Amino acid sequence: MTQLALVIDLNVCVGCHACVTSCKEWNTSGSAGAMSDDRPYGADPTGTFFNRVQTFEVGSFPNTETVHFPKSCLHCEEPPCVPVCPTGASYKRKEDGIVLVDYDKCIGCKYCSWACPYGAREIDEHQKVMKKCTLCVDRIYDLSLPEAERKPACVRACPTGARLFGDVHDSESAVSVAIRESGGYALMPEWGTKPSNHYLPRRKTQIRIHTDELMRADNPLKKERQLPQPDKSEPSLDDVTSW
Amino acid sequence: MHPAFSVIFLTTLIGAGQGLFLALYTGQVYAFFHLLPAQADGRFYAIGSLIALLLLIGGLVASFFHLGHPERAWRSAAKWRTSWLSREVIVLPTFMGVVFLYGVAHSLGWHTPLVTLGTLTLDATMVLGVLGTALCFALFICTAMIYACLKFLQEWHSPLTVANYLLLGSASGFTLATAYSAYAAPDLVGFYGKWAMVITLLALVTRAASLVRNARLKPKSTLQTAIGVRHGQIVQKSQGFMGGSFNTREFFHGQGAGLLRSVKWVFLVLVFALPLLLLVGGLFSSLSGLLSAAFLAQYLGLLAERWFFFVQANHPQNLYYQTIS
Repeated sequence: MTQLALVIDLNVCVGCHACVTSCKEWNTSGSAGAMSDDRPYGADPTGTFFNRVQTFEVGSFPNTETVHFPKSCLHCEEPPCVPVCPTGASYKRKEDGIVLVDYDKCIGCKYCSWACPYGAREIDEHQKVMKKCTLCVDRIYDLSLPEAERKPACVRACPTGARLFGDVHDSESAVSVAIRESGGYALMPEWGTKPSNHYLPRRKTQIRIHTDELMRADNPLKKERQLPQPDKSEPSLDDVTSW
Repeated sequence: MHPAFSVIFLTTLIGAGQGLFLALYTGQVYAFFHLLPAQADGRFYAIGSLIALLLLIGGLVASFFHLGHPERAWRSAAKWRTSWLSREVIVLPTFMGVVFLYGVAHSLGWHTPLVTLGTLTLDATMVLGVLGTALCFALFICTAMIYACLKFLQEWHSPLTVANYLLLGSASGFTLATAYSAYAAPDLVGFYGKWAMVITLLALVTRAASLVRNARLKPKSTLQTAIGVRHGQIVQKSQGFMGGSFNTREFFHGQGAGLLRSVKWVFLVLVFALPLLLLVGGLFSSLSGLLSAAFLAQYLGLLAERWFFFVQANHPQNLYYQTIS
């Protein structure tokens, strides 16, 4: 079983929105049609996006930390949005675990968006169908692209490498290793949706130094004692070098 | 949640239609066992079924306004194994068909005995009535479970949701039957009026129970679980965009707490208190206008009740959309 997913490293994300714009660029140009926008240059712009970067402040001043938090469909292993769909337009692919919407079957009843606790689905106000992240399914299998480019647009665009893409069911894949070794976690575990996308927490490299480690308490070879002052009759440094 | 008027009208109209059908058939069953005087001809049931059918059609039409692609609505019967919405889509037209046949059977007088149970003989109207009653209950359950099955909408995820849909729909239907019988079969007014009061009181118990339950709910999802940072103080500084999006329109009602409180009291008065008073007044004074007013008040109250039902539900996705920037 394969389960493709993203692993997003919150320790590395700088909140630049490059994943948002590259996602919109790739997916609005796709064969499935544009992701429509209304009043893009007006006072109250709105539009369909698969990916958002949000910003949270943790703690209170001066001990605050800014967390940039990219959010897209988590491609849950138990997707609550799929069984509620009356038409079968919303489905989870057996072969790679991607949750997709068949835009030709969707009746636009919005019930799946009610059934997603993460708010990952957005209706296209012009095509009147539900849309969501496809993990760039039209890109990752495209054999006409060089192999290194067969990744979701957001992963390719991230300038800091905060987004990893791979099979989270393969224990040796880079994403699985990252989840296992860097404390990867799932969002809202309380609903049992088993999100495939994982997040890596903020991590700080800290070293604890005890005072006795600054000066060696135990110093048998007297390595660190101060050198004795040389006798006045001893040659000075100038005398040594002028030998 | 943002209250969609298509769904408010769908659920209240079909609820009243279903309740009216249940009332008609309950009356027929009582007459069958000689507990009520039998109707001389089928006109009372036939016209009653027509009214129920019109309410159901009204609800069905309203539901289409909720769809982005109504022309594809036929597809929604596909996933009845997993989706309560799909089950509702199948049960609603089937029930409408049976209500239609029930009305036809009464108006054409299909009284040839089909089944004989000892001294009792069942004709087509009785058999269709049993079938319609089963479908009617199934439809109440499907409609309610569409909401009750969403476990993270904690306000809806309760058996009380099913009880409320069943009892509120039945109450409005029996009140309508009372008002209708005042014109079409005056000897049944007392029977329907008493049942309408009993069911309205039962609905008051379950709806009040769900109000109490929802007032004490503690949200399972918090900002901590939403972004996975364990800290007591987390504030959103940006939701990622300045304008609105589907997420900010569909899941927020944008109404103040004061309006919510007022609507709650409005529906408690209009659905329960006022119709009960009007029913009592109508039964004692035999003024049919009071009975019609009881139904109108209750239906208007149910519109407010359903509005409140949607607005009160708090979707966990809202945690992600607290601050524009």
